[in-house]
Amino acid sequence: MNKKILSAALGAAAMGVATTAASAATLDDVKAKGFVQCGVSQGLPGFSNPDSAGNWTGLDVDLCRGIAAAVFGDDTKVKFVPLSAKERFTALQSGEVDVLSRNTTWTMSRDTTLGLNFAGVNYYDGQGFMVRNDLGVKSALELSGASVCTNTGTTTELNVADYFRANKLEYEIVAFEKADEVVAAYDAGRCDVYTTDQSGLYAQRLKLTNPNDHQVLPEIISKEPLGPVVRQGDDQWFNIVKWVHFAMVNAEELGVSKANIGEMMSSDNPGIKRLLGTEGEFGAALGLGNDWAANVIKLVGNYAEVFEANVGPDTPLKISRGVNDLWSRGGLQYAPPIR
Amino acid sequence: MSGEVVSTHSIDEKPKVALLNNPKVRGGIVQAALLIFIIWLIYNMVNNAAINLAKAGIASGFDFLNRAAGFGLNFSPFIEYTETSTYGTVYWVGLQNTLILAVLGVFFATIIGFLVGVARLSSNWVIAKIAYWYVEILRNIPLLLQIFIWYKGVLATLPGKRDSIDLGFVGQLNAAGLYAPKPVFAAGASWIFWAFLAGIAITWFIGRWAHKRQMATGQQFPIFLTGLGLILGLPLLAYLLTGMPVSFEYPVAGNFGPRGGMQVIPEFIALWIALSTYTAAFIAEIVRAGILAVNKGQSEASYALGLRPGPALRLVIIPQALRVIIPPLTSQYLNLTKNSSLAVAIAYPDLTAVFAGTALNQTGQAVEILLMTMLTYLALSLITSMFMNWYNAKMALVER
Amino acid sequence: MSDTDSQTALHRAEAGALEIAYVREQLVEPLPAPASEVGVIGWMRKNLFNGWFNTLLTLFALWLLYLILPGVLNFTIFNAVWSGTDRLACSDINQGGELYEGWKGACWPYIGAYFKQFIFGRYPDPELWRPILVFILFFAGLIPMLIPSVPFKRETIIYMLGIFPLVAFILLTGGNIGYNGFLLPGAIMADSELKFWVDYLILTAIICAVVHFIVRGMDGDSRRPIILTLICMGLLGVVLFIASVDFGLTFVETPQWGGFMMTLVIAVTGIAASLPLGIALALGRRSDMPVVKLLSVVFIEFWRGVPLITVLFMSSVLLPLFLPDGVTFDKLLRALIGVALFSAAYMAEVVRGGLQAIPKGQYEGAMALGLSYWQMMQKIILPQALKIVIPGIVNTFIGLFKDTTLVSIIGLLDFLGMINLSHSDSLWATPVQAITSYIFCAFIFFLFCYGMARYSNYMERRLDTGHR
Repeated sequence: MNKKILSAALGAAAMGVATTAASAATLDDVKAKGFVQCGVSQGLPGFSNPDSAGNWTGLDVDLCRGIAAAVFGDDTKVKFVPLSAKERFTALQSGEVDVLSRNTTWTMSRDTTLGLNFAGVNYYDGQGFMVRNDLGVKSALELSGASVCTNTGTTTELNVADYFRANKLEYEIVAFEKADEVVAAYDAGRCDVYTTDQSGLYAQRLKLTNPNDHQVLPEIISKEPLGPVVRQGDDQWFNIVKWVHFAMVNAEELGVSKANIGEMMSSDNPGIKRLLGTEGEFGAALGLGNDWAANVIKLVGNYAEVFEANVGPDTPLKISRGVNDLWSRGGLQYAPPIR
Repeated sequence: MSGEVVSTHSIDEKPKVALLNNPKVRGGIVQAALLIFIIWLIYNMVNNAAINLAKAGIASGFDFLNRAAGFGLNFSPFIEYTETSTYGTVYWVGLQNTLILAVLGVFFATIIGFLVGVARLSSNWVIAKIAYWYVEILRNIPLLLQIFIWYKGVLATLPGKRDSIDLGFVGQLNAAGLYAPKPVFAAGASWIFWAFLAGIAITWFIGRWAHKRQMATGQQFPIFLTGLGLILGLPLLAYLLTGMPVSFEYPVAGNFGPRGGMQVIPEFIALWIALSTYTAAFIAEIVRAGILAVNKGQSEASYALGLRPGPALRLVIIPQALRVIIPPLTSQYLNLTKNSSLAVAIAYPDLTAVFAGTALNQTGQAVEILLMTMLTYLALSLITSMFMNWYNAKMALVER
Repeated sequence: MSDTDSQTALHRAEAGALEIAYVREQLVEPLPAPASEVGVIGWMRKNLFNGWFNTLLTLFALWLLYLILPGVLNFTIFNAVWSGTDRLACSDINQGGELYEGWKGACWPYIGAYFKQFIFGRYPDPELWRPILVFILFFAGLIPMLIPSVPFKRETIIYMLGIFPLVAFILLTGGNIGYNGFLLPGAIMADSELKFWVDYLILTAIICAVVHFIVRGMDGDSRRPIILTLICMGLLGVVLFIASVDFGLTFVETPQWGGFMMTLVIAVTGIAASLPLGIALALGRRSDMPVVKLLSVVFIEFWRGVPLITVLFMSSVLLPLFLPDGVTFDKLLRALIGVALFSAAYMAEVVRGGLQAIPKGQYEGAMALGLSYWQMMQKIILPQALKIVIPGIVNTFIGLFKDTTLVSIIGLLDFLGMINLSHSDSLWATPVQAITSYIFCAFIFFLFCYGMARYSNYMERRLDTGHR
């Protein structure tokens, strides 16, 4: 319960000395305070979105729950810190959050100059455009002269500038600080086009007055690999976050799910045995119990289950697996083996 | 200390007074302690920041100002900006947009503020009441909320881009702003500008001459009408003589609403209205207080001299009230300038929004960028108050 | 008419009886003033239609009212929707609802549905009694403090500044704060609750020793300062201890706070924190010590010269970088620090105004009595100065109260932040949603700020008598 934080602040305020070396090992720190602090977005349906009671759901949220399940065997031992695009990296760097799972694009400059490590890709995305149906636009190349609403300080803002310049199209950019403001401005007719990651377009469309009056254009103008981020310099924690995601993908590949994990525990398949910790000491290598992956799957589910529950065709977002399918089915989700 | 105690000390023996009770020593110790504390605090902060930045591997320094920004901006009337411009240019564009907003806002706030302030003192009951409620309502509602009301409550409910309201010569109005005709200057158009300047200069000289003449002979000269005629007439004359070199580019309908012309973005309109009406409420109170501070005998004396209320106000009351008005007016101007930073809430690309917002997000160099931004506002504040102090001193000299 | 007057009139009447045939002995009853001079019409003639210019103005004003009032009333009352369960209740036919085309009006059921969130944010439902109790306790202390005729001012102030903040803190967060040691290295004693108190005792001893040595170094008597230090540390210890007691309340973390509650928390904490800091800065600015004066001036002018929003950006983005590694502040706490520093600078200028208004004779008198600087300030100057600046403090508070809305820009869900957040709920998404919620928000803010402004006016008039 918030105990460490207050005492640390108090100590710093009263004595001005750096308190306990909290950053030495994030895992120890997390275990000491009893929960994982996870930076999420301020509200993006399907990825990280609070309901009116403040319960968080979404793909990014489930990854955090997975980390908590792996560390504590309890997926509720996680606290969500909603962050704006502006605050997200500072919050991670300063240790306010232990992991950032906030549909953040993996780019070279972020990886190299911000002191961050991207621990994998839990959603392959690309930037798209949404327009009103009554404009009669069928392709992004017909958008010359349009005004475009987007989020400030994102890769989106840079991509759209590149795209319109490369295709010699005129445009007017209207960039807002918060995603909700972008949606509101687009809905009010301030802009003709709303651009962000395509998953975001589907998610934000739900917030529009008449979602059916709007369509997402077919063009994808960028690569947006979205994934969890941790601080540089703590390889153990980096590995844990990375392998929680891989465990979920491996579980899907091996056919282990939340539903059948009970019977799978007694499976003879060596791959499944290694995953669920009935064989080998893979958890110990991460500094966790051997049932780390079993807990993730039991409490959160495998990648397919998480995807279907949050963004899949049966959800309001209606996103098909596409490139996010397993590599064996022609997608990009590919997890290194547990061996 | 009793005399007995003093007498126990010999002349060359120093009296044993507690050093603590020596105000100079005590002051010195307190100051030294405070200084050490502050230096230690700053050292700690800088040190921490350096460690944290180094550990996180964040680049530091001002090199980013020469890097290409890569993002677009939708409002830069005077500075050339493209996606290939540098972050340094972004800073100047942001500053430019802040200044445009501040100058236009101050202009309108002053006009509205003076009108409302005088109206509050009007003998006309309805006018006084309307002015009273204007002031009370406007200044008791948060400015940010007023900006949102104008932006999301009023301007966002305008028709979509393809169903613009036609305002005739003014242009077309829709949810994406006002599309006004854009003046296009052909060769020779600069003469109009020079004629305008010449009009102002000549008016100033005539004004001085008229003032001198009035002082000497008491004869008045219709300086206002003459000046107006010169300032408007000379450019018009130049316009006609140079063969009407100014034409207007009107917005034309495109698939995405009007195109071409001069687009005034709704973010600017909302901020402008909100800032000037909000600040005007405060200026109105200052003006009212200033007028009330002028001795009642002054207005009675001017009425006794046969001045009508209008000229009495203009020639006797306001010049005296201005001395009371100017100092608080300065701080209102400063407030307006600082409040223009609320642009960040509705995406008007001012200094805070594009530099402390977008540029900060893209580069991640929070320390440098926030430092530059805060120092810029500080400099603007200091310059404004220096100017106003100078003006104030000039006005104060008039006192006899 | 007085008796003497009528007497002289009679004498004159007798004396001149020969020349004048008849003199009326009583004055005629005055006629009632013409209808155009009294009553409503007379008032209107005098105040609205005296002269062509005023008549024009009046007509202009009436035209203005005609433009504004019917529109506002229609929107907020006559055309407004008062009941419904979702956006269809507030949509016209084109938008899928049942209202006639071109309908414009407020959508009040949406405010009703979100009312709880607007006031309390996402504070968990079963715990709602806690913020409500805090509201009640707050106003229970505030109202007697504001009414001058209510007795027990000193007790009320102690309650408001000492007891209420602690109770409010425990009620809102849940208390039960745990502490870790902060002083001794972990090798001597492992981090625990007990170690904190051990460390606290050591810290107290160190501070006492430092005070002792400084005072002794200057040949002073160190007993009083040390006792003072011990009392301060003891009080702080009691407060810290109470905050750590487990009262069985669930912990509610600050991201779950929000709405009007958060607005009040920020404004009240901000003003409470800025008052002592502001007084210190004002004294510093008028101090004879050049370093103190310079630092105060630089501090005040810096914070007054920058916009609050950059201060908030700084506290949300930069402050974490300035703290030692591993130390993090709660987001709300960071915003509070920014707000408090910012308003302290403004408070300092208000207090300085009060200090300057005290006649020089008061200072000289106090010094002549042999009072020390602090005695003079504490007993003579500050009581008078603070009394004069009460209206100024209230005005600063109004400003701060309005400025708290800026924290919504850095993502805290205060009243305005909560309202903006509710716009993303598609259940109520209609074209009138934004303006409805803003009217509601503006109305609440207006009620509070106008009320406080009236109070400050009242105090100003009350305090005006006597002084000067």
